[in-house]
Amino acid sequence: MSNDVFRKSKDGAFYFVLGVIGLVVLAGLGAAYYMEHYGHVVTGMTNQIVWGLPHVFAIFLIVAASGVLNVASIGSVFGKPVYKARGPLAGLLAIAMLAGGLMVLMLDLGRSDRLIIAMTYLNLKSVFALNVFLYTVFFTIVAIYLWTMLDRKMHAYSKYVGFAAFIWRLALTTGTGAIFAFLVARQAYGTALLAPMFIIMSFSFGLAVFLIVQAVMYRWNDRELDEVILHRLKNLLAVFVAAVLYFTVAYHMTNLYFAKQTAFEHFILLDGGIYTNLFWLGQIVLGTLAPLAILFHPGLSKRSGWIVSASVLVILGAFAQLYVLLIGGQAFPLSIFPGMVESSSFFDGRIHPYSPSLPEFLLGMGGIAAAALITAIAAKVLNFMPDDKHHPVSH
Amino acid sequence: MSNDVDNSRRKFIAAGVAGTAGLVLAPGVTLLDMANARPAGEAASSAKRWGMLIDSTKCATGCNDCVTACGKENGVASTGHPETDPQWIRKIELKEVKSGKSHSLPMMCQHCAEPPCVDVCPTGASFKRADGIVLVDRHICIGCRYCMMACPYKARSFVHEEHDDQNPDVPRGKGCVESCTLCVHRIDKDLQPACVEACSAGNHGAMLFGDLNDSNSEISKRIATYATTQVRADLALNTGVRYQGI
Repeated sequence: MSNDVFRKSKDGAFYFVLGVIGLVVLAGLGAAYYMEHYGHVVTGMTNQIVWGLPHVFAIFLIVAASGVLNVASIGSVFGKPVYKARGPLAGLLAIAMLAGGLMVLMLDLGRSDRLIIAMTYLNLKSVFALNVFLYTVFFTIVAIYLWTMLDRKMHAYSKYVGFAAFIWRLALTTGTGAIFAFLVARQAYGTALLAPMFIIMSFSFGLAVFLIVQAVMYRWNDRELDEVILHRLKNLLAVFVAAVLYFTVAYHMTNLYFAKQTAFEHFILLDGGIYTNLFWLGQIVLGTLAPLAILFHPGLSKRSGWIVSASVLVILGAFAQLYVLLIGGQAFPLSIFPGMVESSSFFDGRIHPYSPSLPEFLLGMGGIAAAALITAIAAKVLNFMPDDKHHPVSH
Repeated sequence: MSNDVDNSRRKFIAAGVAGTAGLVLAPGVTLLDMANARPAGEAASSAKRWGMLIDSTKCATGCNDCVTACGKENGVASTGHPETDPQWIRKIELKEVKSGKSHSLPMMCQHCAEPPCVDVCPTGASFKRADGIVLVDRHICIGCRYCMMACPYKARSFVHEEHDDQNPDVPRGKGCVESCTLCVHRIDKDLQPACVEACSAGNHGAMLFGDLNDSNSEISKRIATYATTQVRADLALNTGVRYQGI
């Protein structure tokens, strides 16, 4: 009896949360309609900053989507029981976040109504077109992967499908990194380093999202997460955060060594205003050093609340990092005539300003809310709660 | 009396014959005039590669004739939003850091032989015509702006808002990317791009248009004789627009 009452009260809370998330999705769709109706002139994006805040959100979601699947891969491919128990939730989050990210990307297009063209006219030399293929197959593989994990009869295939998913997710993030790596014109991009860097970023961002969602699910169901499991997951997050830092250092040090890149590095690292602040305070201090301090602190790292805080910081750092890479990379002017000072009515040779607008922010939040909505509904219908009883931890 | 009648009849017949002859021959004369233009329905040929040579020593700071002509020809007008207004051609003022020597020159789509915008375009909307002109197919451009990220010359613009002052020969639309077409609609009528025509009309002579594949063309001869530059030659894009004097 008391159980029934308890469940009913939880149900009410669930639908309330679902309603709030749904409203954010609607706000995002409304923002997209507004941008579509009036044109991108109502956003902060210009002919100088051609990709704006929606792309920061979209790329975060797409990168984190492939990274979160890593939790499942460690279980299936490398046979770790702690991660096996978390495979289904990881697979669900991967599908949900990729869907949210692609929604933002599609709705930001100048001609979102040409979705069919985007899917049927493919220039195979374009890494964007390749990504359309990578995303579609990713959805399919992860859906089959979920089936093999959730259906007892299909368990035997889980390892093989999991292996395919693991390979595919590496290809997918390579594709996302290559969107920038293949840009020869701009100084922030055009380096193959971005492909592996995006993979390691995905490990870090994805695991941070996973830890937060897992904590929410345990709290919602009034369950405690085993300390040993929490310890392993937080150590893994620390390793990934440190690895992203390593790639960041390698990226900037390489640029600093090339004389033609020093002006750009000077801009990002020293006098880029918002970009310099976001790099040092956002990515390095808040998004890297603070979470590392928490995750390695002998006392704090044992407390679930602190680990969630570290994960939130990693995600904030991720947004700072992507903002600097995407917007900062475009704010620095193209060097069309190296060695000469350029000026024109088209803002050549000048740092390009960018102020994100409310519709852009709402569209981005709409993508996150769409991912949350898919996750919440799926978690209500099927059992995605990590099941450590059937996958006992070997101490 | 009868003679008068005969005379007026003769005059009438003569005028009629002359008029008919004119009606019959005039289109022929026009055809002769356009003999070099590519007939409608015939595909562009890679036998030609259209290009342009810009002599920056003849291009004056403050002269905007090419930009004005381009805007008029293609219906590209300012809306009062300089950061989002499309610019198909712009004047760039350059100053050498060390010597302080200054240059003024027009910058537009360089019509590369290896265009990065064409490589990155997901749908193939960005394409290069057989005769080397790089264009955007407005029917399949989805407005992703990846080509704008890829172009080393900042030659492309995104149409940020609705506009209704289009030239029928040059369809444009909100939500698509656009850039200099080398006045393809004029080239196909054997006319020069509007910017080149305006530069000649103003007696500046800073812009020369022609076929880079024809060794006897004026542009090829000039390129063979004088030192010319491809902008960002380090990228090896083999641009169709060349510069002299920088």
